[in-house]
Amino acid sequence: MKRNSEAFDANPWQGRTRKYDIVKEGVIALVVVSLVTLSLSAFFGSPDEKPLTFKNWATTNADNFYATAVQELAGSSGTATYGAPYNENGDGLNVGPLWLQKWAGVTHMIDAANDFVIAPLSTQVLSTEIASALATWNAASDSVKESWAASYDDAINKVEGDIGAVPAGPYGPVPALAAGLTSMAKSGGLDAALLSQGGFFQTDNTKQILFFGDGAYLDDAGTAANLQGGTWGMMNETGRYPGQAWLWLYSFWYQIPPFNNEESKPIGANADAYILFIMGGMSLGLILIPLIPGVRSLPMLIPIHRRIWRRYYEEEGL
Amino acid sequence: MMSEMWTSKLRKSWQKNLPIDKLLPDDQPAYVASWIYVFGVLTLAALGVIIATGIVLSFEGPAWYHTSSAGHFMNSLHFWSVQLFFVFMVVHLWGKYWMAAWRGRRLMTWMTGAVAFVASIATAFTGYLVQTNFDSQWITFEAKDGFNSVGVGAWFTVTNLGQMLLLHVAFLPLILGVITVMHVLLVRKKGVVPPIDAAISGVKL
Repeated sequence: MKRNSEAFDANPWQGRTRKYDIVKEGVIALVVVSLVTLSLSAFFGSPDEKPLTFKNWATTNADNFYATAVQELAGSSGTATYGAPYNENGDGLNVGPLWLQKWAGVTHMIDAANDFVIAPLSTQVLSTEIASALATWNAASDSVKESWAASYDDAINKVEGDIGAVPAGPYGPVPALAAGLTSMAKSGGLDAALLSQGGFFQTDNTKQILFFGDGAYLDDAGTAANLQGGTWGMMNETGRYPGQAWLWLYSFWYQIPPFNNEESKPIGANADAYILFIMGGMSLGLILIPLIPGVRSLPMLIPIHRRIWRRYYEEEGL
Repeated sequence: MMSEMWTSKLRKSWQKNLPIDKLLPDDQPAYVASWIYVFGVLTLAALGVIIATGIVLSFEGPAWYHTSSAGHFMNSLHFWSVQLFFVFMVVHLWGKYWMAAWRGRRLMTWMTGAVAFVASIATAFTGYLVQTNFDSQWITFEAKDGFNSVGVGAWFTVTNLGQMLLLHVAFLPLILGVITVMHVLLVRKKGVVPPIDAAISGVKL
């Protein structure tokens, strides 16, 4: 019976037909959608919050910018400890024995101390003090640099980021370098310097984005705009506009345990990787629904089709 | 000799599988009488508006709409047509699920539609990345961790505006366009799926 039904459904329809002008339907649909789009655009417009800049960050929260610069020098920032694809300073995430992040390797090498602090400062005409600090830093061994920057980073953490309260210590040129970068950022010079590293034409914003993410400025702005992942931020948009609502299922996983708890191992700590695997599997499942027992039978069991084809069933007495 | 030519083989195959009266029919089975059928064509119409407004935006570049009221309005048209596109497509998808529209050897029709849905999400996502505003800064920073975590980020670099812009305006629309054309041609070739249990009364037709 099932095979007969399948053959019947596959064969050209031999029953009654009705006139149906698909070209007219398409033109009407295009006109209607165009008019609705025009109306929505005219009434509501579209979101366009200005991008954040290093200038604004250093101006509005100088201590946080300064402390982030120190973290970059100390190698303790998110970028400096990230791992692939930016460096080899972390193992990245894994799903069981699959260390795909690590295996993919370093394809966009970022040396946080050099790329975010030293190289941008080196492009500037510097005061004697900062030029001297830069020369001292460049001449020092890696172990000495690490000792200076780590000591200062620890000291800043102990006073909870209140730069003015940091006691004197063996910090070498690190305070002068951080002050120099803060000053450069306040002038707007860092925004341009980070983008232009490597040439005249640039379309790659990786360094700016990563540096931004290392501090509190971007994170605070995301929280204020209700865009954090833990609050369905993935499907939100700035202002009162709809965002990528179609990502609701992707976003859903970040709302529930163990995915929403970074301390929970192994899944919570590797939530990004696990959720991508889940969504990849679900996407494949969507594509293969006709082959999945149970899921493919639900439409026959739950009679929503009786409403869709109500007239047909009535006329046929089915 | 003529019958061996690839060109003539392709023409004959096309004529056999998708003759013009199947491609552009002026009648449909009587059961094609529900509002649910409208959502497929509405999805295509919204895609048309997206492509048209996207082409206009591409002529002026991604920063145009920040400084021009005409550009901002064009961006709004692009934004809202994407929102409508997804609403229509999701209703279309659910409708086809409850109709079990893969019946009657229509597996590929379902699969191309589902792939088009996934490809649409990828295309829209890259669009959000290239807005060159705060939202795109935020999405870029957040999204990179997901792609990096499974190794994809080594090559699909969401922080690279140039790469994302080119994928958004060239590669992904091309993929989506090809899949959509395949989907529509399959719908025309196979015809609209009959109602569930139509075979029961079909014997007397």
